[in-house]
Amino acid sequence: MNLTAEAHDDLLVVTVNENRIDAASAIQFKERMREVSQDTSGRVLLDLSKVDFLDSSGLGAVVGVMKLLGPAHELELAGLTPTVAKVFRLTRMDTVFTIHPTLPDGLRKAG
Amino acid sequence: MQVNIRNDPIAVREGLAALLASPEMNGLEHGARSKAEIVLAEVLNNIVEHAYAGRVGDICVNLQRHAEGVFVVVSDEGQPFPNEELPKGTLPQIEATDDLPEGGFGWFLIRTLVRGLTYQRTEAGNYVSFWLPA
Repeated sequence: MNLTAEAHDDLLVVTVNENRIDAASAIQFKERMREVSQDTSGRVLLDLSKVDFLDSSGLGAVVGVMKLLGPAHELELAGLTPTVAKVFRLTRMDTVFTIHPTLPDGLRKAG
Repeated sequence: MQVNIRNDPIAVREGLAALLASPEMNGLEHGARSKAEIVLAEVLNNIVEHAYAGRVGDICVNLQRHAEGVFVVVSDEGQPFPNEELPKGTLPQIEATDDLPEGGFGWFLIRTLVRGLTYQRTEAGNYVSFWLPA
């Protein structure tokens, strides 16, 4: 599970460099998220723009990450692709997370 | 077409790719394909986790294209569903954010996205069939 984490003041931006978070990778995703976010002081923004597919195991892992981060480190999501957005919407989990259409300005990498 | 899938999560991932690349699925428009992928992933993962639960066995998926959609039969030789009934698939309640559900979404998604869902338990195993709407 390839994740990149970049700190921007009190915001940690984590990009998932995989096209799926599914039953085969949900546990590794949660573990890697725990590793990259353990020293962070503020919010965590998860960039899902490269993830084409997420199943209920992947959804459960994202919820699990939110719970392990706790209220001090709010988990926000950005860049949901159509299938991923559909899973969040159908399960009403889109009401639980702050979801940005894309990474906010200034956080996007040039090129 | 018929696809046999070994019951582990990596084989399920590859099997899903084969199913989605099939001529039966090719005619579906983008939204219907994306729903089909969600449904097939949930049905297959459920068999790996619950019907086989670590035991060895194969999953067989049969696809038939019709004007109204794709008719799917999924069979396995694993354990029956509890009480030989498909799960109700009620959406887990979202209450306090520190007590959010991390599971129980699979059958809700399946039941929301398919038509004509049936389940039969025979001596040979489990047979689940449904329509993926076009």
